[in-house]
Amino acid sequence: MSMVQTAPSYLEDGHGLASWLLTRDHKRIALLYLVSIIGFFFLGAIFAGLIRVNLLSPQGDLVRPQTYNTFFTMHGLIMIFFFLIPSIPAVLGNFVLPLMIGARDLAFPKINLLSWYIFIVGGLFTISAGLFGGVDTGWTFYTPFSSIYSNSNVVLTVIGIFIVGFSSILTGLNFIITTHTMRASGMTWFRLPLFIWALYATSLIMVLGTPVLATTLVLVALERVFHLGIFDPSRGGDPIYFQHLFWFYSHPAVYIMILPSLGVMSETITCFARRRIFGYNAIAFSSLGIAVIGFLVWGHHMFVSGQSVYVGMMFSLLSFLVAIPSAIKVFNWMATLYGGTIAFDTPMLYSLGFIGLFTVGGLTGLYLAAMGVDIHVHDTYFVVAHFHYIMVGGAVMGFMAGLHYWWPKITGRLYPEVWGRLAAIITFLGFNLTFFPQFILGYLGMPRRYHMYPPEFQALNVLSSAGASILGIGYLLPVIYLLWSLRRGQVAGPNPWRATGLEWQTPSPPPTANFEAPPVVREEPYSYPTWEAQID
Amino acid sequence: MGAVLPLFPPVASTYARQEDLLFYFLVAVTLFFVLLIFGSIFFFAVRYRRRTPDERAQPTRPNLPLEVAWTVIPLVIALVIFVWGAKLFFVAMRPPAQAVEVTVVGKQWMWKIQHADGTREINALHIPVGTPIKLILTSEDVIHDFFVPAFRIKRDVVPGRYTTAWFEATTPGTYHLFCAQYCGTNHAAMIGSVVVMEPADYERWVRARTSPVLPASAGAVLFQRLGCSSCHQTNTNAKAPALAGLFGQQVTLADSRQVTADMDFLRDHILTPGKTPVAGYPQIMPTYQGQVSEEQILELIAYVRSLARAERSQGGS
Repeated sequence: MSMVQTAPSYLEDGHGLASWLLTRDHKRIALLYLVSIIGFFFLGAIFAGLIRVNLLSPQGDLVRPQTYNTFFTMHGLIMIFFFLIPSIPAVLGNFVLPLMIGARDLAFPKINLLSWYIFIVGGLFTISAGLFGGVDTGWTFYTPFSSIYSNSNVVLTVIGIFIVGFSSILTGLNFIITTHTMRASGMTWFRLPLFIWALYATSLIMVLGTPVLATTLVLVALERVFHLGIFDPSRGGDPIYFQHLFWFYSHPAVYIMILPSLGVMSETITCFARRRIFGYNAIAFSSLGIAVIGFLVWGHHMFVSGQSVYVGMMFSLLSFLVAIPSAIKVFNWMATLYGGTIAFDTPMLYSLGFIGLFTVGGLTGLYLAAMGVDIHVHDTYFVVAHFHYIMVGGAVMGFMAGLHYWWPKITGRLYPEVWGRLAAIITFLGFNLTFFPQFILGYLGMPRRYHMYPPEFQALNVLSSAGASILGIGYLLPVIYLLWSLRRGQVAGPNPWRATGLEWQTPSPPPTANFEAPPVVREEPYSYPTWEAQID
Repeated sequence: MGAVLPLFPPVASTYARQEDLLFYFLVAVTLFFVLLIFGSIFFFAVRYRRRTPDERAQPTRPNLPLEVAWTVIPLVIALVIFVWGAKLFFVAMRPPAQAVEVTVVGKQWMWKIQHADGTREINALHIPVGTPIKLILTSEDVIHDFFVPAFRIKRDVVPGRYTTAWFEATTPGTYHLFCAQYCGTNHAAMIGSVVVMEPADYERWVRARTSPVLPASAGAVLFQRLGCSSCHQTNTNAKAPALAGLFGQQVTLADSRQVTADMDFLRDHILTPGKTPVAGYPQIMPTYQGQVSEEQILELIAYVRSLARAERSQGGS
């Protein structure tokens, strides 16, 4: 397996700031994204921490109500638009997609760099809105509050989100076109790693959904500046219309956040169970199924908003249907684990944790899709707990699994395994302690976005805040040991996990051109050896 | 309610009992699948742990029956929950005909409530046990949401339209009323209480109030003061349609559309008459936008509704 490295690795191919800021190499752009989204993640996490400290006491002692409202708004905006949506696609996808399909780069390397700059400009707008007094609409921008009544920096924020949307549209286009046109010889569609299928489905949502969000936010800004009367009922507008437009993007956006993680799972579970995936087709098509049905369920955010009960019924039915592909994926992973040879390296611990938390997150989605129960739990902490199980327990755990899995490929170094496992376990425990009490709080009736609350909710809030401090440690540890590993980590070699997949057949870190010679694919994905027969 | 670590909210309405049943069914489904998945992970993790670095796995073979089973079984469970949840929703959305009406106007950041007899309350709602109550909700400014956890009832309160909710309280007590739709700075302070009383206590509470003005009577005064009565007369050569008997009837608009003269129609017609001109009359009615409050609109509507009732009782058929 030893390879003679002739070309310099992408990390050594050019030095200095300009070689990074003007790079067209998808691997370097991925690292630009990695550094920026980690920055955004910790910024968003600081807001989360402030929220949890404020909620330690029923009267919300830390900050004034208006300040609290800007905290949860910034937390949501930053985590969703500047961390979760770009996290796996723009960092891990950017890095490994060309490697996994045997391509030299993405189809449009300059556009790839452009999308990073757009991302940064959008981020600066949104952060500047935060600095100049903040924004207090919640990440959902419900009208007519956002368009008429809020006295905060709505327009500046909306411009930032509008801009960053183009970054994800361009990334999506780049991924779709690359997957169609740049696959290596022998890399047929059904030999694609399942992570690529997941990225493909994600890209479709980005390209089709994001323009609708952009349009909606422009309408909010127009009504705010020119008082047009689109959503404001006192000028003949319809505030519910905004909710339809907003959720038409923002529910599929949930799948933008979770589908890539589901894709990572198919890579890590096969690698660390060292067994070929069970139900390749079912998993691939369930990704597409989620992407398609995901566009038809937005109205389940609006059961109690005043939409027709019959319309609500259709949205409820479709929401139950979209749960099935997710269940299929989980069962297929379980069937892959069965009869495998399971190792418990850090990416696998994150992955097993992911399956558990995603299962809880998915099942609690049924409560919200059931209209009669949704009446009670809608807009309570039950919803907050549910989507954090999907987005933090799911998407962030998936990101951590993928980051550790491909870290040796990205950096050429191994991270310290013991610390990695410790962080994975701390994250899992801290996460559950933070968010499980919120299910109970929600069923008790504590509404979300409350700066203060009745005293009987205190014990559960204190538990949740205590969990958040443990979760914080779980997230800080990897920053320390991953940075440490850059210089001190063991040299990884091309394939430390003995994984299949083209990305492992080139040196770590790979040369700028990815492969010394164009690879040729001759076998199915995940062709791990079995005890029955040699794979030929 | 004084427990340090409460796990379940009080059950204080007929709907809460029905909703809790489905909730506990969902908890059982959740527990089953969580135990199944977590249990399998633990079992596989132990049973199939990698013992030597070169250990090989079992071959992966297709298993169609298994795949069909884990597609169909969850689908059936999901459909059962869907039907159950949708049925409940219809219960929650359809107030019984005999329900007592209470109007609620939300504004940043308080609840303004008026009973059918004209009694007004702020951030509090006193009701008797065992009587279905129908809430008619609207907002003066942004979207709010009327949420009573003990009743498992929640309904968005939307400016520019009327939404409804209903409940029948079963247990006397004082329960939280929350605004559940984020509505700005003091959203968390837009709270109040629903006081459920035994009928006798409720009677005492009603009698203790200073005699309120009936909404319809207040509306009749407004009807004169705002000049409505100068056109909406009962004689045949009036410039505007007579309003007696109008409420709940079909109205033909100038563009020959048929609409029901319900609360939303009346509200829209008071505020923006130009949008729904009625067939057979010139559109000369001025807008009352900005001249009447949400409460006054509700009183005007109450007056128009009282005319309809008077008409029906006179007509006798």
